[in-house]
Amino acid sequence: MTDKTAPAATALIDMRNISIAFGGIRAVDDASIDLFPGEVVALLGHNGAGKSTLIKILSGAYKRDSGQIFVNGEEASISNPRDAKKYGIETIYQTLALADNVDAAANLFLGRELMTAWGTLDDVAMEAEARKVMGRLNPRFQRFKEPVIKLSGGQRQSVAIARAILFNARILIMDEPTAALGPQETAQVGELVKQLKSDGIGIFLISHDIHDVFELADRVCVMKNGQVVGTARTTDVTQDEVLGMIILGKCPPGAIPGPGALKIAA
Amino acid sequence: MTDTTSNPQADTARASELGAVARFLKATEIDTRMLGMIGALLVIWIGLHVISSLRLGVNPLDFDSRTFLTPRNLWNLSVQTSAVAIMACGMVLVIVMRNIDLSVGSAEGLIGMVMGFAQVHFLVRFVGLELGNPWIWVLALVIGLALGLLIGAFQGFVIAYLEVPAFIVTLGGLLVWRGAAWWVTSGQTVAPLNATFQLMGGGPAGSIGATWSWVVGIVACLAVVFGLFNGRVQRKRFRFPLRPIWAEALLGVVTCGAIMGAVWLANSYPWPIGIVNRYAAANNITVPEGGLFIAHGIAIPVLMAVAVGLVMTFITNRTRFGRYVFAIGGNPEAANLAGINTRWITMKVFMIMGVLATIAAAISSARQNSATNVLGTLDELLVIAAAVIGGTSLAGGSGTIIGAMLGALLMQSLQSGMVLLGVDSPLQSIVVGAVLVIAVWLDTVYRKRV
Repeated sequence: MTDKTAPAATALIDMRNISIAFGGIRAVDDASIDLFPGEVVALLGHNGAGKSTLIKILSGAYKRDSGQIFVNGEEASISNPRDAKKYGIETIYQTLALADNVDAAANLFLGRELMTAWGTLDDVAMEAEARKVMGRLNPRFQRFKEPVIKLSGGQRQSVAIARAILFNARILIMDEPTAALGPQETAQVGELVKQLKSDGIGIFLISHDIHDVFELADRVCVMKNGQVVGTARTTDVTQDEVLGMIILGKCPPGAIPGPGALKIAA
Repeated sequence: MTDTTSNPQADTARASELGAVARFLKATEIDTRMLGMIGALLVIWIGLHVISSLRLGVNPLDFDSRTFLTPRNLWNLSVQTSAVAIMACGMVLVIVMRNIDLSVGSAEGLIGMVMGFAQVHFLVRFVGLELGNPWIWVLALVIGLALGLLIGAFQGFVIAYLEVPAFIVTLGGLLVWRGAAWWVTSGQTVAPLNATFQLMGGGPAGSIGATWSWVVGIVACLAVVFGLFNGRVQRKRFRFPLRPIWAEALLGVVTCGAIMGAVWLANSYPWPIGIVNRYAAANNITVPEGGLFIAHGIAIPVLMAVAVGLVMTFITNRTRFGRYVFAIGGNPEAANLAGINTRWITMKVFMIMGVLATIAAAISSARQNSATNVLGTLDELLVIAAAVIGGTSLAGGSGTIIGAMLGALLMQSLQSGMVLLGVDSPLQSIVVGAVLVIAVWLDTVYRKRV
């Protein structure tokens, strides 16, 4: 289903009736979700509810079996990560997806290296650029020459986030961005999300932390067993109601029910 | 590359806690691992020299002509190392990407046979070129390069796109190409090779002589100085921490000293008397009392190996392709998610390996002045051992070209040293095998501590 109550602006992302199955398991079943500029939409659900799978379809890591994806109102064909990047979709994966053996700058620019006029890697320029970006995110970060495997969880996280924002993403997918972080770093990520939002970037946030979600997200979308239970503005529902959606699949009055909503006998 | 090690910034506060050695290493940014390898090489060289001197009952400091550390022996060592060192450069990339290539020795054999057949039979009998035609060696080499590229592309395609493990594909290649090498001439040896082609094998004619060797040495030293200077300018431009001037100077002096020392060694090895006399007779030169001294200079195969090493170092450190090879080795999934076409990169790495196998085949067959179907037998193991001893991790993601080339030199030093000492060939195998295992064990210990 598509959210017709949304404002008249064109959706940045509109995923319609997406399905994918691995073997006999329908990991995502007829799920629809949309995202507007400057908006944070949180995807919630149990482990295995299909959040990560749905988002990996958007980022091109998986190929959907059926359904359509619209970017800025135009149908997009996304069948690998390169395609997704062409549409300005950047992803910060739960597993961080960094090349452990190379340094922060190399990771930041992986796939889009800066080149000199001679067609060679411009390492100095990349490091200088990396210092600028990391200075904004994590001013105390200094270990630019070390392979990222030697960095702490939080430092690796900042590298992963810096990587995404460095390329002027229009759509940012954050899969558990604060799972590996301490309280201070979590707050930093929160600040960053707000900053990116004000720049007009649309963000999909996958999280287990319902407090985080209510603080950062404009809307929540709850998934259960591969289906969408419902979508709601965070101002229209309470945390308990959202928990009810996650655990029972019960759709509260403030939410727009999806195909996965618990059918209550009339 | 000088700036790949240590982190020079921000921890100046800690510098005072470091010992003298650590401070020295930090200032010069020398890789301790590389230093260890050079140390091991020197220990082996000096050890072999002392043992060979004692066996002959001469003073090691007399540098008797039959011992290890002589211009003649070291010159031969450099030529013998070339082929394996060249292939080891490609093997580094293959292993960094978490693959393996067991077929290089056999591919070398097949390509050597085809190039030999091309220059001795095919181009002469079927294409109709005259035997001494200067194009023969060029065409033979082009045919070889095309075949090497094709073999690499084929194996790479099966590995990358059909997803058959590299171990299996190249194990198949090991058997297939060796069999194919036999079929080229039904096992007959092809000889003699084209005179120009033979220059790639070294020998008195296949060396560039004293004057040109000095020229090469001086150019190399200028390049080193320019590299250091340029690196400093770049760092200044972005206000990165600089090495102290004394460290820059030391690096420059040591590197240039090593280069000029090597040139001096190559220029100290004279042509054999018979060849000198024939050369003198042919050119109407009267041989003076005590014989005419004509130096070999640097051998052409050695120059080829150095050139390959430089090009491959450039590719790994300065190009996008090289960066991707390492990123894929570090985390294939991350590389793919970053939008890197990992399959195509894999295929390209195997194509490079094929081309390098061709160059090695040209050198090996030219050195023997014949192509035989056993050319390059067991070379795959020497090449893999060289790469691994040189610090390439079989788990993928790390390795250097210079390390692999030093590894090749180390293996070859042991082998030819043992030949010099008259060690039986079964014992040679035992020593080489043991050294490989010990070297990798030491490397594991080192990696844990650093």
